Amino acid sequence: MLLNQFLILGAVLFAIGVYGVLARRNGVMVLMSIELMLNAVNINLVAFGVQHGVVSGQVFAVFVIAVAAAEVGVGLAIVLLLYRNRRSINVEDFDLMRG
Amino acid sequence: MVAQNIFFGVIAAIVVVSALRMVTTRNIVHAALYLVAVLAGLGALYILLTAEFVATTQVLVYIGAVMVLFLFGIMLTKAPLGGVMEMTGAQWPIAAVVSLLIGGVTVYSLMARFGSDRLTSDGPIFRTADVSDEVFSTYIVPFEAVSVLLLAALIGAIVLARKD
Repeated sequence: MLLNQFLILGAVLFAIGVYGVLARRNGVMVLMSIELMLNAVNINLVAFGVQHGVVSGQVFAVFVIAVAAAEVGVGLAIVLLLYRNRRSINVEDFDLMRG
Repeated sequence: MVAQNIFFGVIAAIVVVSALRMVTTRNIVHAALYLVAVLAGLGALYILLTAEFVATTQVLVYIGAVMVLFLFGIMLTKAPLGGVMEMTGAQWPIAAVVSLLIGGVTVYSLMARFGSDRLTSDGPIFRTADVSDEVFSTYIVPFEAVSVLLLAALIGAIVLARKD
């Protein structure tokens, strides 16, 4: 197998995640797209770990998974709070700081 | 090696198609289920890369815990289940251009740098014991930091979502 197979798959997934974050209007969908981007990074970490014969890649992938779990917990709590206060999770409604 | 390439092709096709459907579908519950397909495919790719512990963690944490959180989030925010709320904003062409640029530049530079590098197939295979040895020796400080971070995130989520 080529190293590039995994790296290019990660790049494609990351680009799809960027599209999801920028184009989606639903707050929960934006968080899901961020998960997609974090997973794209994990593929690269594990693939480079195998390429260099070190275990650090897997360790960092596990750390990224843990941080992603924390991020989802706080992010969904924020979305829930926004929904409770504004009765909407459309991210285009939250433009109070627009100049 | 041929079998590995065939499996990689099949899994990668499933993952990319599911990811594309996830960011384009109009039903948010379908999007969550497409995300499950993406995460499961990535777990299979970790097995292909001989990273068994990462694959197990992927299934336990992502498909188990994170997806339940997402489904609860969808349920509690009462997102419209049909195509009632248009899920994609009017800015989607710009978003598509930006993501195509990012993806194109990244793939181009990867091709230029790692064009035909082969994955070393005779390298060491790291089992769960090796990963835990590394975590609890070299990376003990980051590990403790992550524990504190998870605790802080847990408390923060409860404080934010609590009804006063």
